[in-house]
Amino acid sequence: MRRQRLGIQWQVCLALAPGGLILTWLFGTGVIVNLLVAALSCLMTEAACLTLAGRGQQIRARLSDGSAMLTAMLIALALPPGCGIGVIVVACALALGLGKHAYGGIGQNLFNPAMVGYAAVLISFPAALATWPPVASEFANGVDGLSGATILSSMTNEHGLTLSELAAGDYGVGQFGGLGVEWAALAFAASGLVLALRRTLAWRVPAGMLLALTIAGFVGFDGGSSNSLGSPMIHLFSGGTMLAAFFVATDPVTHPSSARGQWLFGLLVGLLTYLIRSYAAYPDGIAFAVLLANCATPWLNRTLARSRVGGAADA
Amino acid sequence: MNELLLLLLATAFVNNFVLAQFLGLCPFVGTSGRFDTATSMGLATAFVLTFAALLSYAVYHSVLLPLDLAYLRIIAFIVIIAATVQATEMLLRSISPILHTAMGLYLPLITSNCAVLALALLAVDAQLSLLQTVVYALGASLGFSIVLALFAAARERTEQADAPAAFAGVPLALVTAGIMSLAFMGFKGMGT
Repeated sequence: MRRQRLGIQWQVCLALAPGGLILTWLFGTGVIVNLLVAALSCLMTEAACLTLAGRGQQIRARLSDGSAMLTAMLIALALPPGCGIGVIVVACALALGLGKHAYGGIGQNLFNPAMVGYAAVLISFPAALATWPPVASEFANGVDGLSGATILSSMTNEHGLTLSELAAGDYGVGQFGGLGVEWAALAFAASGLVLALRRTLAWRVPAGMLLALTIAGFVGFDGGSSNSLGSPMIHLFSGGTMLAAFFVATDPVTHPSSARGQWLFGLLVGLLTYLIRSYAAYPDGIAFAVLLANCATPWLNRTLARSRVGGAADA
Repeated sequence: MNELLLLLLATAFVNNFVLAQFLGLCPFVGTSGRFDTATSMGLATAFVLTFAALLSYAVYHSVLLPLDLAYLRIIAFIVIIAATVQATEMLLRSISPILHTAMGLYLPLITSNCAVLALALLAVDAQLSLLQTVVYALGASLGFSIVLALFAAARERTEQADAPAAFAGVPLALVTAGIMSLAFMGFKGMGT
C-alpha cells in the first residue's frame, strides 16, 4: 500500500462525516458525544482484545487501519444521541469483542461487528434506544420541537399511519424542503455513491437493497389508508436505510464475494428490512436484516462458487 | 390457506425451533461440522419430525383421549418417535445403502433430538387440527433444515479463521449460534 493514500476504512469513515455533521446540526452535540464515547470504547476494546489474544505487537497497526474507528462511527450514528454512555460502551465492547475478535480479528468475522453490538443493545436496552431527542427547535420551522417518537416506531405501534396523520405528526420526514433527517439520509446516500463510483464499496449491495425496499414499498403501499405500510419514500429516507445500504451492508468481509451473491445479499437485506419494519415488533429492522443476511453469506459463497465450477467435481 | 402459510412461515422463522426456542441444540452443534452431513441430517430429521408428529396426532386423538389416558402422552410419543426412527433406518438401509452408511450414527441419534418430542407435544397442546399439525411439522422441519445448513456453511468458514485458542472450535460455533439467534430475534412479533 502506498503511504500517501488513505486506507479504505479511513476513506469510508471520512465519507460518513457529512451525514454525521448534518445529524449534529439537527440533534445537537449529543451526536458528537456519541462519536467520542464510541471511538474511545472501540479503540480500547480493540487494544484489549489484541493483548488478550497475544497479538500485542499488532496494536499499533490495527488501531491505525481505521476498522475499529469505522465500527465506532457506525454504532455512534445508529444509537440515538443521549442514550447513555453505558449503552454505547456495551455496544462497542460486544461489537469488537464478540463480533470480531472472537473470530480472530479483522477479516475473519462472519457478522458485521457494528450491527452485532447495535442489535445486542437494542434488545437489552429497548427503552434507551426507542426515543430520539427532538430536532433542535430553531430548525423545525417555527415548531417548538419535533415529536420524540420516530416515524417508524409510530407506524409499528399504531399499525400504520394515514397520510393526514403523517402530515399532522410532523416527524421531520417526507417533507423535502423542510429540515429533517432526510437530509442526513441524502448526505449518506451522496457520499455512499461517491464511494461506489470509486469502487471502494461493492455497488451491487446497496443497489439490490434499495431496489428491494422500493419494490416492496410500492407493493405494500395502498395510498395512505389507516393500515398503510408506508410509502417507498418513507422507507428509503427514514430510519437508517441509506446509512445501512452504503456503509453497513457493504462491509466486504461479511457480504458474498461474487457479483450474483452481492445482488442476492442486497435484495435479501432490503426485503427483510421491509418485512421486519412492517410486521415485526421492532420499528427499524435494518440491523436484524443485515445480521440475517450475514447468516446466509457463507452459504451463498459456497453455493455460488460451486455452481460456477460446474458442480461436477463434488456431485 | 393464508392462515396455513402464515403458520408455516411463523414456525419456520419467527418461532424457529433451534434459534428461538432452543430445541434440538445437540444435533445443531453436533452435526454441523461438515455441510454435506448437515444437509442429510436436516432431511432425515425433517422426515422423522413430520411422520412422528402425524403418528402422535393419530395415537393421541384416537387412543389416548378416548381412553382418558392423556397423561401418558410423553411416554407414548417417545415410543412412537423411536419406532419412526427405527422404521426410517430400515427403510433407508433397503432403499439406499450408500446414504445409510453416510448418515451412520446420526440417524439413530434423531430419537434423542428433543425438537421431535417437543413438536409432537406442542402440536397436541395447541390443539391443532390434522392439517395444521402437518403444516406445523413441515414448518419446523423447514426451519431446522435451513438453519442447520446455514450454520454448517458458517462453521466451515470459521474453521479456517485464525481464532484465538480460547475460542477455536465449539466455543466459536456457539458464539455464531448465539449471534444467529440474535438476528432471528428481529422476526419477533411477526405473524401475531
